[in-house]
Amino acid sequence: MSKVKVAIIGPGNIGSDLMFKIFRSENLEMALMAGIRESDNIIRVREMGVPVTIDGVHGVLAHGDIRIVFDATSAASHLDHAPLLKEAGIVAFDLTPAAVGPYLIPAVNMIDLKHEMNVNMVTCGGQATIPIVYAVTRVAGGKYAEIVACISSYSAGPGTRANIDEFTETTAKAIVDVGGADRGKAIIILNPADPPLIMTNTIYVQIKDTSVGLDAITASVNEMVADLQSYVPGFQLRVPPMLEGDKVTVSVQVEGAGDYLPTYSGNLDIINAAAISAAEIIAADILREE
Amino acid sequence: MKRIHVVDTTLRDGSHAVSHSYSIDQVKAVAAGLDACNLEFIELSHGDGISGSSYNYGFSEVEELDLLEAANSVIHNAKLTVLLIPGIGTVEDLKAAQARGATAVRVATHVTEADISQQHIVAAKEMGMFTVGFLMMVHMSEPERIVEQAKLMESYGADYLNIADSAGFMMPDDVKRRIEALVDALEIPIGFHAHNNLGMAIANSLAAVQSGATYIDATLRGLGAGAGNTQLEVFQGVVQRAGFDTGLDFYGLMDLAENVLEPMMHRSQTIGTGSTMLGYAGVYSSFLLHVFNAGIKFGIDPRDILVELGHRNMVGGQEDMIIDVAYQLTQKKSAERY
Repeated sequence: MSKVKVAIIGPGNIGSDLMFKIFRSENLEMALMAGIRESDNIIRVREMGVPVTIDGVHGVLAHGDIRIVFDATSAASHLDHAPLLKEAGIVAFDLTPAAVGPYLIPAVNMIDLKHEMNVNMVTCGGQATIPIVYAVTRVAGGKYAEIVACISSYSAGPGTRANIDEFTETTAKAIVDVGGADRGKAIIILNPADPPLIMTNTIYVQIKDTSVGLDAITASVNEMVADLQSYVPGFQLRVPPMLEGDKVTVSVQVEGAGDYLPTYSGNLDIINAAAISAAEIIAADILREE
Repeated sequence: MKRIHVVDTTLRDGSHAVSHSYSIDQVKAVAAGLDACNLEFIELSHGDGISGSSYNYGFSEVEELDLLEAANSVIHNAKLTVLLIPGIGTVEDLKAAQARGATAVRVATHVTEADISQQHIVAAKEMGMFTVGFLMMVHMSEPERIVEQAKLMESYGADYLNIADSAGFMMPDDVKRRIEALVDALEIPIGFHAHNNLGMAIANSLAAVQSGATYIDATLRGLGAGAGNTQLEVFQGVVQRAGFDTGLDFYGLMDLAENVLEPMMHRSQTIGTGSTMLGYAGVYSSFLLHVFNAGIKFGIDPRDILVELGHRNMVGGQEDMIIDVAYQLTQKKSAERY
């Protein structure tokens, strides 16, 4: 069976992990890794037999057959790449904070965004928590939702560290836009414990309708957890929903698949796995049309 | 006499001890009194810094920006200071605080995570604020590592570098080794923030100034998270006798603590069982009241929760893990029953 050719721009940790996930895919073919210089990572990818370019986005455009791109560079770079990719008719998954396109949380709004040419993957913490926010708000409404993401210091890269406000602000916005709460707040904590801790997140939602009861909320959350486990097998409830007054509390952990990054980096695994799962759906549509 | 700069944090760390319930009138009374006693810095914000008002840390009863404005209206000389913990508060929050009167900011990270403060320290300096780099939970790192992290904050433009014994774990010698290493290695002044969980706050603060620290955090009646902080009016008496000059009004501070602050306190600031355990296990002080609440909710001995939090190496801000630990302990208990 033929596959859809995809490219990754940015051969760093995120890009390398995406590549290993694509190797396992039935619909996606790892057709090109794009960097901007002859880096160690580019050399390593080439030695693995994967085609590479050091001409960045221009190398991707010159290839001619690429249908889907994962952009794992920086916000500033993606702002340059986005119009070029769009003009070439290439679907872009933006893993930077640029947010040119709408926020995509596959378990929540994949159906709505299936035909978008550029989607933004929010943040790692957003991918791990907003589905749970949504699972609560879809049955009980949400006046306010707050998430606390704790990630190991070892899996917070220099980009995240240099601009941690981007994490809190983007996640808070997506809690409202995608999670369905009227107001949102996000907190991120880096924990340096060694051995590293697995990503752990707590979700609090102030619901609008307490009459739906805890059972309905729990059922909705469990259903969402099962959906998430289809693309992130290491996603688990730590503390099942608790209801006190109008406050729902849930805690979850995300253990990564360990494709390229260590398993404690559940934060990086879930954002990549979300992008890949969405790309699989788009690729399946492309293959069906052809 | 060697000059010591005192940073009062009754209206910030003390906010934990009153569950973030300060009113406009209370803030005005305390801030005006501190200003009259010649305090150079009056820190005011949610205990977990600006924008800390949340489910995770407790909601502020009064919007903190309104509290800042109230304090600003009665302060004539002191710098109105806020705490900012990256990951909780943002540069945008800081701009809002500055618009309501804040002129100084302390940017606080866990002792090993200084690089997440660059964005905020650089922005604060550009905004013309007096800016402090603040490392928390310093008992968890050796002096060499602290120096390396402190130098990052210095390089971002911090005006002085503060270290916090956030768990009230350290002994005077631990303080001395850390302060001396920092004084040797950094160009900027060094400060210290104590917690009294093992009864060492005054002794540790004295050790800090004797080791070369020139900025000390203190609160009226020691009001603060856990067993509280260095008790301001007591510290004043101690350093006066030890030959340091703070420029503060000793009698004025005692009167302010007794007549103005004490009536606002929810409980006397003693070293209870929980606080002792915080200090002993090395757990972040502001966890204390949350741990007691969780203990009641889950029917678990708060001491067990604290010990487990210590084992898990939880850092400041991870209050959500209290629920997690309490829940896991109840699961363990019910499993043992069968």
